[in-house]
Amino acid sequence: MFANYKREVILFSGLFLLIMLVMTFMGAAYSTRMLVEAACYAIIALGLTIQWGYAGLFNAGIMGFIALGGFITMLFSFPVNEDFWASGHASDLGSVFFKLVLGIALIWGSIKLTRFGVAQKWQRLITLILIGAVYITFMASLDPVANAIEKDVGFIGGFGLPVWLGWLVGGVAAGAISYGIGHICLGLRSDYLAIATLGIAEIIKAFLKNADWLTHGTLTVSPLPWPTPGPSDLGFIMARALYLSLTAAMIAIIFFLLTRAYNAPWGRMLRAIRDNETSSLAMGKNVNGRRLEVFIFGSFLMGVGGAVLTTFNGIFDPSGYIPLNHTFLIWVMVILGGAGNNLGTLFGAVFVYIIWTMSEPVALWVFDVVRHLGESWFDWQAPGDLDSRALQARVFVIGLTITLVLRYAPKGVIPERIVHHT
Amino acid sequence: MAILETNNIHAGYGGMNILNGVNMSIDAGEIGVIVGPNGAGKSTSLKAIFGLLHVSEGFIELNGETITNADPNTLVKLGMAFVPQEKNVFVSLTVEENLEMGAFLRKDNFQHTLESVYHYFPDLKDKRYQPAGELSGGQRQMVAMGRALMIEPKVLLLDEPTAGLSPLYMNEIFDRIVTINREGVGILMVEQNAKQALRIAHKGFVLAAGRNRFTDTGENLLNDPEVAKSFLGG
Amino acid sequence: MNELVFFINKVMISGAVIGAIYAMGAIGITLVFSILRFAHFAHGDLMTTGAFLTFFLTAMFPAAGPAIGLPTAFVMLPIAMVITSLLAVSIDKAFYKPLREHNVKPIVIVMASIGVTFMLQGLVRLFFGTGSRNLYIDDRKEIFRLDLPFELASRKLVITEPQILLFVFMIIAVVALHLFLTKSRLGKAMRAMSDNADLARVSGINVNTVVIVTWVIAGSLATAAGTLLSLDVALKPDLSFNILLPIFAAAIVGGVGHVYGAVIGGFVVGFAESLAVFNWAILLRPMAEKWGWDLPANLALVPTEYKITVPFFILIAILVMRPTGILKGKVL
Repeated sequence: MFANYKREVILFSGLFLLIMLVMTFMGAAYSTRMLVEAACYAIIALGLTIQWGYAGLFNAGIMGFIALGGFITMLFSFPVNEDFWASGHASDLGSVFFKLVLGIALIWGSIKLTRFGVAQKWQRLITLILIGAVYITFMASLDPVANAIEKDVGFIGGFGLPVWLGWLVGGVAAGAISYGIGHICLGLRSDYLAIATLGIAEIIKAFLKNADWLTHGTLTVSPLPWPTPGPSDLGFIMARALYLSLTAAMIAIIFFLLTRAYNAPWGRMLRAIRDNETSSLAMGKNVNGRRLEVFIFGSFLMGVGGAVLTTFNGIFDPSGYIPLNHTFLIWVMVILGGAGNNLGTLFGAVFVYIIWTMSEPVALWVFDVVRHLGESWFDWQAPGDLDSRALQARVFVIGLTITLVLRYAPKGVIPERIVHHT
Repeated sequence: MAILETNNIHAGYGGMNILNGVNMSIDAGEIGVIVGPNGAGKSTSLKAIFGLLHVSEGFIELNGETITNADPNTLVKLGMAFVPQEKNVFVSLTVEENLEMGAFLRKDNFQHTLESVYHYFPDLKDKRYQPAGELSGGQRQMVAMGRALMIEPKVLLLDEPTAGLSPLYMNEIFDRIVTINREGVGILMVEQNAKQALRIAHKGFVLAAGRNRFTDTGENLLNDPEVAKSFLGG
Repeated sequence: MNELVFFINKVMISGAVIGAIYAMGAIGITLVFSILRFAHFAHGDLMTTGAFLTFFLTAMFPAAGPAIGLPTAFVMLPIAMVITSLLAVSIDKAFYKPLREHNVKPIVIVMASIGVTFMLQGLVRLFFGTGSRNLYIDDRKEIFRLDLPFELASRKLVITEPQILLFVFMIIAVVALHLFLTKSRLGKAMRAMSDNADLARVSGINVNTVVIVTWVIAGSLATAAGTLLSLDVALKPDLSFNILLPIFAAAIVGGVGHVYGAVIGGFVVGFAESLAVFNWAILLRPMAEKWGWDLPANLALVPTEYKITVPFFILIAILVMRPTGILKGKVL
């Protein structure tokens, strides 16, 4: 049976050697940090592999779900801001949101107006006007309260709840957002989903960056509490190792559940839909329903992964979420590892993350050599921002990797296994 | 001499063969009609001839030149045109633009060809500036055939030209096919209305399961009791 | 009256400027979408690349513009358009065409275009750095302040030279493109291919030529949009994903495959953005003073930081209500 898995064994042994190499050269503290981050990326990548690999859904807004997960876990786990709750702002804020709930109830009621004999044309008009009015009232009443909170107490602080609850709710929030998007876009071709998810990610980021009263915006929030004992208790290596075991356990559970689901009738149906939508529709399968489930579940994992990652980093910084690192790097992991193959995704996540992390010092070193040679041989005046340009060279490499993998190894290094049932 | 000949061609989709050795041959200026039950490989034969799917075995000759697996672009240049069964007009282009697209590869002035197409299908001349999508099914079929004629082909491949048309239009299309053929254009067509089609056919090919079952003149096939019984509905 | 002039400056002119930029991007997107059938995510970076090529040429020949009385960058624009078109055609040859020939799902080509985005982004920033640049090197931006013939309007109508150039360029480009698509054989073939690619192939239309022409048009307009935007504001290498959403929204609002639709969509999105972030309190203030209303200082519908939500909601609304767009385009 292991003969079948020769490729996996070789690749994972290689990966192990690579990790050992990094350990030797960069030290245990550095390597454990890298591994924990890689593990968080692996959770996110598993979310993407079920969206893309199982169901063929293109999610270009992973960053948004990660940021949302990070924000929710900050909100839940960060200590309570006593100043805020003691001030009158809490009740002001409460009344603003009470008004919002009232407004939403009104809008909802207006949708039901047709039942009382109001023509649909009028109902739509009334609903539209109501939405506008509620929106303007809400914005106008939130603004002064938000400003006051920012001025007096910074931001509303966290809830001081257990970290794991934040992770869970972070995932749920990501899932909820993806429900809305998926509901609108899944009936259309994937291109539209890609554009919409790209947009929602930018909007989530814009919100987290600018809603200072809620998120502390660009001022960032730190330190975020860990669910495991932190470095101050155990020292860096032990604390990170403990966190790593926690994430590893999470990956193991997700992995087990995913493998079960993949081989269950549900997973088979998904693959049938992905491979031949028309015939699945003809067989009476609820294609968009299944897709929506997958999209939500995948986004849930992305939210959780983002939450775990943000908690580990210890700082919530909305500007730190960027499409390259938090969307497309994950794409590279999944397509390189093998979309639809959980083991391949895991390999891809860890491998690509190590390469990505190590490429930074390598790129800096290469450009330093170039500068040196250029200056001594050609009397070349190197631009002052050469270091930041060196890092941009990595962006080029990411792009090249994506196109080359798509062209020459479209199934990844560990392709999805097609099981033939006899 | 045969203007179009297929010799023992095998072809199919994704590794599954649909054609298992089809032999057909029409001479210049002849009408050949392919009939047979559903799934016999009639339309597939036309697509294989026109390079739209890969021929794995056998060969095809046009005017004595081997054209097996040549791409449509080359075939159009060599004087072969194809009218697909469905989606055979550019719906957002006007009738005249549709016809012009048929002449895309021509470098010379094709005004007289345009006039002769309007001569075959006078209906189209009235609607020349109307988008083809606004026409009726029969008129669309005329646009599609007109488009194919713009290259002044030696051989015209028609895939079920009368599918879904009213009997009135059906007769008109058959009439036009005969007229076009009299001008010297060889025609190879797939047709569901087997009897009517065989009546105008010089040659008939009865396919079943991707192979020739009967090959003869149209008249002989019509009079063959076995063909009549199994393929022409008695 | 002054308030109205302010409104014209802030909303009408700047909305039209950004609308024209979106329109030129959206034309490229809509053509690629309907002819090659994939959402071209690298379009924003194609704009940036084109603009930086113009910058490079401007820096090489800074004296070319003053000689004929136009901004040098504008004089260099045609050359940059040619180079960018060639680049776009070779990108297609190297990265998209092999995938097309493998008959992959269209979404895989979308992913490849994201790969191209990063390659272009990496190259531009590698060669030109991440800072912002000024496209005026040996010349300076002309700003026209027009006096209005009204007693009450002391404020002036402000329009800049690059804005005028932008409008002139766009009008000429759209008319030329329209004539090309309706009068020339190749243009008609493009429309035919966007209508029914299989039939186009069967008719003997040279698919490769059509693809090349598509990229030339998309690449040229992207360069023009990128350059004219940078002339008006500043040249920064960070358009990429931020401009994608508005230009996709514009293309879909207009109806995929319609050049005029893309233009309309571009202006719809552009004006919607500038109307949404405009502070209506300024326009209402005279009335408020008259009737003694209590106006908040800021009455913008959408705070400027959330500008990106405007094209997003336009996109969602059009997808929900009328996915074919205003001019009945394709829904792929």
